[in-house]
Amino acid sequence: MVEWTEFERATIQDIFSKMDYESVGHNALARCLVVYPWTQRYFGNFGNLYNAAAIMGNPLVAAHGTVVLHGLDKAVKNMDNIKATYAELSVLHSEKLHVDPDNFRLLADCLTIVVAARLGSGFTPDVQAAFQKFLAVVISALTKQYH
Amino acid sequence: MSLTAKDKAVVKAFWGKIGGKADAIGQEALARMFIAYPQTKTYFAHWPDLSPGSESVKKHGKTVIGAITAAVEKMDDLIGGLSSLSDLHAFKLRVDPGNFKILSHNILVALAVNFPGDFTPEVHVSVDKFLAALSAALADKYR
Repeated sequence: MVEWTEFERATIQDIFSKMDYESVGHNALARCLVVYPWTQRYFGNFGNLYNAAAIMGNPLVAAHGTVVLHGLDKAVKNMDNIKATYAELSVLHSEKLHVDPDNFRLLADCLTIVVAARLGSGFTPDVQAAFQKFLAVVISALTKQYH
Repeated sequence: MSLTAKDKAVVKAFWGKIGGKADAIGQEALARMFIAYPQTKTYFAHWPDLSPGSESVKKHGKTVIGAITAAVEKMDDLIGGLSSLSDLHAFKLRVDPGNFKILSHNILVALAVNFPGDFTPEVHVSVDKFLAALSAALADKYR
């Protein structure tokens, strides 16, 4: 089981309680599609992803970014049982969506960068460590049901 | 994933914007790396103090970012331009190349924190590619 310090718990609750889901979700997913273009393979039906401007302006990307970010809410509310919490979503990503788990880390890195830009100096190294640990636990849980 | 002419132009322009803040970026990236990826501290056991504000972190951050800034002018031949630094890392320092990716990530985070408006997705992708190419050049002599 994952051990969380008081600081880590408080940091995660704080970040997500102030989260602008629409904006951050949109920007994180769009950034991922721009910085790691091969991730576009999972979004064949999203229409125009031809260049950065098209990706940033694509409403389907914006909407889906929000959905994905809200997917993290389960983990925020169940920090002591993230593995079980994501069992179903793990099966979905493996069996139905066929997403290579390496992509979870790419999106997590982009989310980290977007949140860092929002929080500025508030995104201290300790806050960064807590946030990245949280995302790593989520990624591990999402990867668990792959076989 | 080689650097296109556009990548090089974007990196040069963005690095110009960083200007005098480069040293602070280097220091911050190192500090973030030591805290978020504690295993990287194993290479600095000989330092008295690895805390974010320490003299060692400040000085080394400046050294590292200075070399990266110099590499911005060598993008047409990174392997040639970084040859002696590659010798150093391969034969003397022997830093596992996986760590280059880790430091690169923390440089990107420091850039995002300090230049939120300028570090757009387009700049991000070009800088990420540059740091990856730089890391490969640094690892060139490893084996």
